[in-house]
Amino acid sequence: MLSHPAGRHRAAEDELGSAPAMPPSSVASLRVIPGPPPTAFAPAVPPPAAPHSAAAETAVSARGLSLTYETADGPVFALSGVDLTVARGEFVSFIGPSGCGKTTFLRCVADLEQPTGGALSVNGLSAGAARLRRDYGFVFQAPALFPWRSVERNVALPLEIFGVPKAERRERAARYLDLVHLTGFGRKFPWQLSGGMQQRASIARALCFEPKLLLMDEPFGALDEIVRDHLNAQLLDLWRETGKTVLFVTHSIAEAVYLSGRVVVMSPRPGRIVDIVDCTGLGQERPLEIRETPEFLRLAHRVREGLRAGNAYEG
Amino acid sequence: MRADARGRGGRTLPVAGVVLAFLALWYLGALLGNWTGAADALARAGGTPGIDAVAAATMAQERPVVPAPHQVAQELGRSLFGLPVTSKRSLAYHASVTLSATLLGFGIGAALGGALAVAIVHLRSVERSLMPWIVASQTVPILAVAPIVIVALGAAGLTGLLPKAVIAAYLCFFPVTVGLVKGLTSPERMLSDLMRTYSAGRAQTLWRLRLPAALPALFAALKIAVAASLVGTIVGELPTGAQAGIGARLLAGSYYGQTIQIWAALFAAAGLSALLVAAVSLAEAGAARLTGARR
Repeated sequence: MLSHPAGRHRAAEDELGSAPAMPPSSVASLRVIPGPPPTAFAPAVPPPAAPHSAAAETAVSARGLSLTYETADGPVFALSGVDLTVARGEFVSFIGPSGCGKTTFLRCVADLEQPTGGALSVNGLSAGAARLRRDYGFVFQAPALFPWRSVERNVALPLEIFGVPKAERRERAARYLDLVHLTGFGRKFPWQLSGGMQQRASIARALCFEPKLLLMDEPFGALDEIVRDHLNAQLLDLWRETGKTVLFVTHSIAEAVYLSGRVVVMSPRPGRIVDIVDCTGLGQERPLEIRETPEFLRLAHRVREGLRAGNAYEG
Repeated sequence: MRADARGRGGRTLPVAGVVLAFLALWYLGALLGNWTGAADALARAGGTPGIDAVAAATMAQERPVVPAPHQVAQELGRSLFGLPVTSKRSLAYHASVTLSATLLGFGIGAALGGALAVAIVHLRSVERSLMPWIVASQTVPILAVAPIVIVALGAAGLTGLLPKAVIAAYLCFFPVTVGLVKGLTSPERMLSDLMRTYSAGRAQTLWRLRLPAALPALFAALKIAVAASLVGTIVGELPTGAQAGIGARLLAGSYYGQTIQIWAALFAAAGLSALLVAAVSLAEAGAARLTGARR
């Protein structure tokens, strides 16, 4: 839903004790996207009732989640005993060196990988059922746009697959291209856009079917720092406007602290959580300059300490 | 813009140069190849011919070993445009017979090749059970298979267009299968993962991801296939007793030592093949425009 989820946030906050970075409560000042309610097409599985139960307020819950690959050189422990609860509307980042399992965790939530142990629920369902219900939008490291489709038709691809009528597809694609500041680029083809614009189009594609959850796997990793700063600020605005739950994988400490309500610090061999850093102290309005404040530097330092404790700087 | 003009202006000269060099070489070949025959013929007619007379005679023999370019051009012009298309001596008639069998064979072969590729990509069992046979089918020389097919189908009452088309299809389905399998499996992991996040079914993934991604490989394969289809048709025309088609013209020409006719038929076949490949290229360009390829 595009309406502001502040009410639900309060409940989540009370329950979990850890406050996520809150969207500002004055909705009036925000750009609320006009348009029909996003229930024009039926999801494959009807959403569960009882929106105020604990299950409904928890977006992602992992208990003792493990994933072990069998390889020729012996087993690889990609994930080992990961416990994590993400509340609805939270922005949670995952940081750690290569092989720490942050991407694997995200792919487990997306049902692109199968955990070999533990329990995982996504919006109160199994990961597979949540995928079939089209509960999440996934943004990959690369824009992954289809080169033979115009930007508009790329954004509308999921809608096409879900059988949304053409008129509504066009309307929604235009609306979400608007949201990521790509108004007027719908008729272009991906190669005519810069890398940053392509990634914004892929974010519009992930949002246009209004999933409850946004999963982002190093979406800005391939972009230069100036573009990345810009997109970070835009993503934060977007999160505040839409109130989505965001799981965000990154290599950048600054990006993680700047964007997140909580930063999950992970370490490899076996892939596990070593620390969870609460960044809600930074407040809700986060201009880019906030990254030079002592509070920000303190949080970044704590993340770095977590990485060091997890031997991220060795080998 | 400037690069374009330079590109176009800069291509005429090399292409014309190659054509001229080729023609010069061909004339030289005709001169040397026909020399003995021309000299003998003149000697039989009496007298001792001069070098210039023999040289002139090599260019104007009725049944030369190597026909000169202008002789072939004349024969092409006469047999293509000089006779009514319905005449059995018209090359245009024979070319149209070959073309229709080629197109039918290409249609059958491309459809069969495409269906096999889709099956191979989706069903491992098909790949494992059929692929060895598909490869084996192409190791059998087509010249040996063609008469068998013609005789077998003829016994079943099928004559004319279809047996030739079957041979053409036999030759041209293989590149389509191989090229399309390569194309259909070309989308990177991330794109198929994306389709999975939408819980897209196999048919959705095939139509929206695999097939569009396979277009470049498919068109490359179709160009090879359409040329192979023409070869298959001509080979199929040889054992029919030379009734009609470019293959029949080639065979009839060699029966009666009509070298100029053979060469003209050869050039007609080459021209037909070039036209077919150009038609596929045109379709490819159209598809590229629709799919927003870089211009």
